[in-house]
This record gives sequence, C-alpha cells and structure tokens, in this order.
Amino acid sequence: MSTQVIGGTGDTGADLPASQGPVLEVRNLSVDFGVDKKWVPAAIDLNYEVKAGEVLAIVGESGSGKSASSMSLLGLLPSNSRVTGEVLLNGKSVLTMSPARLRQIRGNDVAVIFQEPMTALNPVYTVGFQIVETLRLHNEISPDEAKQRALRLLQMVELPDPDKAFRSYPHQLSGGQRQRAMIAQSLSCDPKLLIADEPTTALDVTVQAEILDLMRNLRTQLNSAIVLITHDMGVVADLADRIAVMRQGRIVETGTAEQIFRNPQHEYTRALLAAVPHLGQGDGKDDVDVTAALAAATHTDLQTVDHDELERREQNVLAQLADAEHEVASHGTPGVAPVLELIDVAIEYPKQGRVPAFRAVEGANLTVYPGQVIGLVGESGSGKTTIGRAAVGLLPVAAGSLKVVGTDVSGFRPSSKELAKVRRHVGMVFQDPSSSLNPRLPIGESIGEPMYLAGEAKGGELQKRIEALLDQVELPRAYRNRYPHELSGGQKQRVGIARALSLKPKLMVADEPTSALDVSVQAKVLELFQNLQRELGFACLFVTHDLAVVDVLADYICVMRRGRIVEQGSRDQILRSPQDPYTQRLLAAVPLPDPEKQRERRELRAKLLTVSD
Amino acid sequence: MPEPTSSVAVTEAAAPVARTKTSAYPIEHFVADLDETPLRATDSAVSDAAPRSLWGEAWRSLRKQPLFIISAILILAVIFVALFPGLFTSEPPNENCLLENSDGGPAPGHPLGFTVQGCDILARVVYGTQSSLTVGLFATLGVVVIGGLIGALAGFFGGWVDAILARVGDIFFALPLILGAIVVVQLPVFQQNRNVWTLVVILVAFGWPQIARITRAAVIEVRNADFVTAARSLGVSPLGALVKHVIPNALAPVIVIATISLGTFIVAESTLSFLGIGLPPDVMSWGNDIFSAKPSLRSNPMAIFWPGLALSITVLSFIMLGDALRDALDPKARKR
Repeated sequence: MSTQVIGGTGDTGADLPASQGPVLEVRNLSVDFGVDKKWVPAAIDLNYEVKAGEVLAIVGESGSGKSASSMSLLGLLPSNSRVTGEVLLNGKSVLTMSPARLRQIRGNDVAVIFQEPMTALNPVYTVGFQIVETLRLHNEISPDEAKQRALRLLQMVELPDPDKAFRSYPHQLSGGQRQRAMIAQSLSCDPKLLIADEPTTALDVTVQAEILDLMRNLRTQLNSAIVLITHDMGVVADLADRIAVMRQGRIVETGTAEQIFRNPQHEYTRALLAAVPHLGQGDGKDDVDVTAALAAATHTDLQTVDHDELERREQNVLAQLADAEHEVASHGTPGVAPVLELIDVAIEYPKQGRVPAFRAVEGANLTVYPGQVIGLVGESGSGKTTIGRAAVGLLPVAAGSLKVVGTDVSGFRPSSKELAKVRRHVGMVFQDPSSSLNPRLPIGESIGEPMYLAGEAKGGELQKRIEALLDQVELPRAYRNRYPHELSGGQKQRVGIARALSLKPKLMVADEPTSALDVSVQAKVLELFQNLQRELGFACLFVTHDLAVVDVLADYICVMRRGRIVEQGSRDQILRSPQDPYTQRLLAAVPLPDPEKQRERRELRAKLLTVSD
Repeated sequence: MPEPTSSVAVTEAAAPVARTKTSAYPIEHFVADLDETPLRATDSAVSDAAPRSLWGEAWRSLRKQPLFIISAILILAVIFVALFPGLFTSEPPNENCLLENSDGGPAPGHPLGFTVQGCDILARVVYGTQSSLTVGLFATLGVVVIGGLIGALAGFFGGWVDAILARVGDIFFALPLILGAIVVVQLPVFQQNRNVWTLVVILVAFGWPQIARITRAAVIEVRNADFVTAARSLGVSPLGALVKHVIPNALAPVIVIATISLGTFIVAESTLSFLGIGLPPDVMSWGNDIFSAKPSLRSNPMAIFWPGLALSITVLSFIMLGDALRDALDPKARKR
C-alpha cells in the first residue's frame, strides 16, 4: 500500500516506480482576486504534488494563500477570482474541465473537509440524509443500499452510535461528532484526493487529537492523498509526511516533515517554528519533558522509547519537580493580601424569559496574589471565561464569595457604585481584538476613555498618559489618531492591552488574548505581555484553551472542566506531575511541533485512553 | 518564485544540490530565494497615510459610485429648485391663470402648456417642489428622531422596556397609513388648520415604527459586541455606552432606510393629496396637481405627466441614494 511514502525519510521519492505517479500535480498555479478593478494575487506560482496515501501539509499564517489556492483545485472560488497554471488530477487537467465534468469530480474524486462542521453541514437535514444524497448523486444505487453504505461510513469514522447519528440533525451532535459526520460524508465516494481545510481548528484539543487519529487511520485504510491546510505546527507534526510552507502567496519551502522540522532552511520557516509555543519548553533548566512526566504519573511504558531511557527521563522530571518545590517552599507563602479570592464560588447566567438560569461554574476556589500570573485552562464550556468575567464584575456571583482587592463583590448589583469602584482595579483584555475596540473611535480615544471617566486625567495630561501607554505597548504615538480597522490584529490587541492598563490595575484578566492571532504575532504579543507584567507587577488571570501559551506565561496553572476546577498547582506540579486524569488527558492531547516527540506522545495518549476506559 | 537555477534544494545531509524545478521529481527540499520572498517585520505599521475613519472610508467609496453621483446631482437640483423657484420660471404660480388657456398646449413663455384652470404647468411643478420636499424632509427627520430614540432604548435596555415599546410600535405598524390618515384628518384640530405640518405629523405618527424596528435590531447587534462589554467593564455608564459606543455603530442601516423612506414620504404626501386628505387644495404640490389634472387625462395628458415626472425623478433619486449609501456603509452586503 502506501507504506513506502509514509515517514518520508531521505530520498524515497527518487526510487519510486514511474507508474505510481502523483494523484495531484500542481504546476505554476496562481490565483488572483479582482478587488476594486485590480488583480490582487492570493497565490503565486505554486508547484507541488501529492501521492496516494501521502499527507501534504500546507502551512501558513492568515493571508498566506493556503486556503485560496486549495479551493481553486476544485473550482470553488468566488467569481471575482482568476486561476492560471495547471492542476492535474490523476493526469487530467482540472482547470480546463467543463462545469459538468467538474461537478462529477467534486465529491467523487476529490472531497473537502471544512473547518466549521456546523456551517458546512446543512442544519435542516439529518446527517444520514446528507450522506445518502452525496452517495446517490455520484452512484446509481438504491436508497436502501445507500443507507447501508452511509451507516458503514459512519461506523468507519468511529461514531459511537452510527444509527443514532444517521437520524440526528447536525445541531444534535457534539463538535467532534459533527466533524466525524462530515468526514464520513466526504469519504462517501472513496475520494482519491481529500482536501482538509483546517479540519481541527474549531475543535477542543482532546477532540482534535481524536480527529487526527481518525484521519491517520483513514489514510492507511483508503490510500487516498490528503492535502492538509493548517496553521498549527502541532497538527502538522502529527499528520504530515511532506510540508509546504506558504507565505504571502508563495511557497517558501517544501520538504519532508523531517527536513522542515529538523533542518529548516528558509528564514521564515525558522521564524515560524521558533514562534510556536512549545508545551514544557522553558529557558534551559525549566524544560519539562511532559511525555516522561505523564508516563511517570500514570505508570505507563512506551514501545517507541527504550524502558531504561524512559525511566531516566522520568527520574529527571521528578527530581526537577522536587527542586522546584523546594525553591517555592524556601520562599514561603506571600504575606500579602490576595488581589482575587474565590471561595466556593458558583456563577450563573441569569434566566432569560423562559430559559432557566444556567450554572456555569460551581464550587470554585482560587486565590491570586499580587504579581502572580495564573493560567486558567480548559476546553470550551469549562467555565474559564465565566470566572474571568465574574472577576471583572460582568457576571453576578450566585453563591460563595468573590473578593477583588479585598472587597467582596458577590452582593453588589451589576451597575452599582461600589462595583464601579472595584472595577478600577481590574483591567480586561478580550479575545477578539477586532470586536473589542469601538470601530468608530480613534484608538487614542478608546485608550483614554476610562481615564477620562475615572477623572484621572484631562486635556494635555490625558494626552500624555495616552502617549505613555502607546509607548508601553510599543506602538507609534502617531497611532493615537488611527482607527481600529487600519491596524493589524496584533496591533489592535496591543491597543486592547493599553486600554486595560490605563487605570493601572492591580489585576488583569486576559480572556484568550492571543487565540485570534497568528503564531508569529502571538509570540510578539505574549512577549510584550510578559515584559509588561514584570515591569508593572500586576497580577494576572490568564484565561486560555492553549496549554502551551499558559506554559509560556503562568507560574500557577488551574485546570477547569465542566464548571469545576479539577486541578491547580504550580507550573511544575501540573506539568511534571499531573494527578487528575483529565489534566493528564489534556496534556497528552496537545500536539507537539516535532514529529518524533509527537510519535511518543501519541502512543502515550493511546495508552492513557485504554487505561481510563 | 525563484528561477529554476536560483532555487536551492537541500538533501537530508544538508548538502546543497542544484536542481531545476521541472526535471527533478519530486522536489525533495525546496527553499525559495530569500531575496524574492523577503521577511518584513512581523506585525509592523501599515503606512504613513493619514488616518481614516469608517465614515471617511465610506465617503471615499461613495464618491466613486456612479449611482451616488447621479442621484446626488438630481437631489441637489431638486433642492435648488425648491429653494429658488423664481429662477426657473418667470410666471407666478397661482396668478395669471386664465380660463381661456385651459388645457392649452405649449405656448411662448409657457413651455409645458397649461392646466385645466389655465395655470402655467411649469410654474406649478416648480413651486410644488417646495411642499413635497418639505414634507419628505421633515417627516423623515421626525421619524428618525422618534423612531430612532424608541428603537435604541428598546434594543439597548431590553426586558420590559423593549416589550412595551415594541408592542406600541406594532400597534402603529398594524394601522394602514391611508386609513389612519383619513380618520386622523377628520379630527377637529386637523380639520381647522390643514397645512404642510399637519401632514408631517400624520406621516411621522404612522411611519416611526419602521425606523424603530431597524434601530432596535441594529442596537441589539452592537450591544453584545465586545467593545461595549469592554466599555462597561471600564466604568462607562449604561447611557454613556449607548450614546458613545452603540449608537454610532448602529447608525448605518438607519441612515440607509431613512434616505429611502424620504422618497416614500414624498409619495405618501402625493397619495394623500391625491385622495383629498393631504395638503389643502390651495397649497401647491405635485399630488394636488396630479389630482386636479385627473379629469382631463385624455384631453390634456401633459398636465398629469409633468408633475408625475417630477415626483418620479425625485423619489427615484432618493431611493438610488439609499442604495448607494447601503453599498458604502455596509461593504459586506455589496454584490460580488
């Protein structure tokens, strides 16, 4: 089958038999979009090919042209686009095909897995209906036969109850199940080429790991060629045989996964790899071998790693943990009052009309001391954002006590004067920089508004403060008069940080401040954030789903699941010796941007899951 | 893409072997030339150009649109005629009406002919502009102020405020304009002094719910945006957030609908005048002219054609302007 191309070591490509040509050949492909009567290039002169059973990952940041170029393979671009070059699918040119022939190819020879399964599946039809429709569109088979095949497909994508999934509407399935259903639909006609456009970006990390496993299994089962479009280096390391790195419409580097990760040549590839946060990576002695830590915590043995070697690594991890704990113990507990204290807090979303109140957080205990950075980690729906918003007084506390800078705010009404006073000590940075700034206000005004309202500064004094804040977040002062839409995502987030800092808060709540940003921009913003935190010494509640980001910033990590805090401890305790099974699973699911380490991690995760089942 | 010769291929042993793109298959490790794919500083400044607000951006895209240019010129012309009617006709509109000229064709000094009363059609059309435009303009203004205020409050505060205001709006929405106008006009207050302003009051009373609905929907959409939450968390009062953060961002659809409804209010004025319940007959307006030309439709169709044409062009310009504004203010809705 396809085994000879998997792994892609050395010069395997050269001694392939000539008969096994690539499934997809792309030659000098360029894509332009007509904007305001001008052609704007989205992809420039691309060349690549994919063989059967091979995964080619096209990696790039937003605007690199990775999606546009891949959608052009199927003629799925909007009408204001222009495609030139040559695309050969099994030796036949796709770009010159008639629309009728192209329709035949779509779904039959080539299938696409989209990023957001909720919008890619039609919400008014059942999953089964949609798969049957695809099957009968391309094959002359009876409805019964189609149903049987649809059920087999749903089984193949490892849905727990294929019969039930067949009868379900998309909204009745969870995110991961929906993605599986969509994969089943795209596999319905044994495609020779599968284009996966960010297939796991909308999913939680544990679900992402499952979908990646599924795709790996399917690749060997079906022997189809896969083009994987993603921005996530961890996903690439997990799945890809070959990698094409794109930037501003051009491929800057292609090679096997090994070559790109071990020996990147282009400056951009190096910068990109350096910018990816690495779970467990510190500066030198802070490095945590998370795989070994997990193996130690769960007493698992790995096939891919020599037993003695693993033992040595485990010992190493635990020894460092002891060191770290010793160091903490020698410092003693801080003798200062905490800036944020949650005691048995429950938070509810109040009932609206006939919708009953929803308890999003239950029994939460958490203490943040001045100058401390706490990472609040969890998957979607875990209640992490809820805690963040309650700390700013945006959500009422239903039970327990929530103290901000010594004041218990749990009894305050949402728009009371007392709460307003407390809010001055808390700054908040939001997830989406584009929607958290008023698009009609110049950014200087956005930054200055809280100071003006609080009566901190007026007139010239206010202007000076705004300039100082812009300096702090490393934006040019002239930006004061600019509007949010003129700034890039990273710059907007800097403005968001400056605004949160404007009242010199004692506590900063950062709600996924970098998850909407590209990796290289994220690295810059995180660095800035870290510097500011050190310089100004505010305490920080850093809410995120990304463990690797938390690892960069936080000295204390708090893991949440379904509204409860399942484990909290210092970074070393959590990474070196995770105790809660959920924390272990979460850590094991984070893909490492390194193919070799990721292989170990994958095995460990599989072991973990069999143990806990 | 680099030329084949300049591309660098690196094998596993990192020994560079020059390969051409076409002859070597597969390309093992291709690296683009750095000169041709330069790295710019990550997340750097855009340009040194002057800052441009979203309104500024809208204006820039607007002034390039033919639809906007045509409609704006027409509207400016109509406004000019309304302000300085004397420049366009030497005839006073209501004097010099000689019955001997009744339904007469074009004559020297009277290029468009005469009405059934023997009045100059051009003069009547020119002077009629004033009342039509006044009604349209002030009805729109009133509707935007009242409907916008009610819609914004309902949308922003929600809850019972919304429930009450929305129901009141629905009640007015359910009343047909013409039926309602017939009833209201019978009220003694309106009977005694019927003029342009009574008509404006009637149109506003029945027209505000539409704007209120649009404003309410736009405000609800903006109210939940992060920047409003951010403002609230930074100590902005609810009313402050509404005025400074919500309303400026909810204005675009209101402006578009208001422009279009300006046209429809002019039509409504004509309709009501035509039915005899709008402006009193002694006020010159296109609707009254159309009404009075009705009996002589066969013998002198021009008497109904000219005021009708003026009405159509004015209304069409406002609707076109509304469309152009929609394109400029809401780029996402633009057709591909």
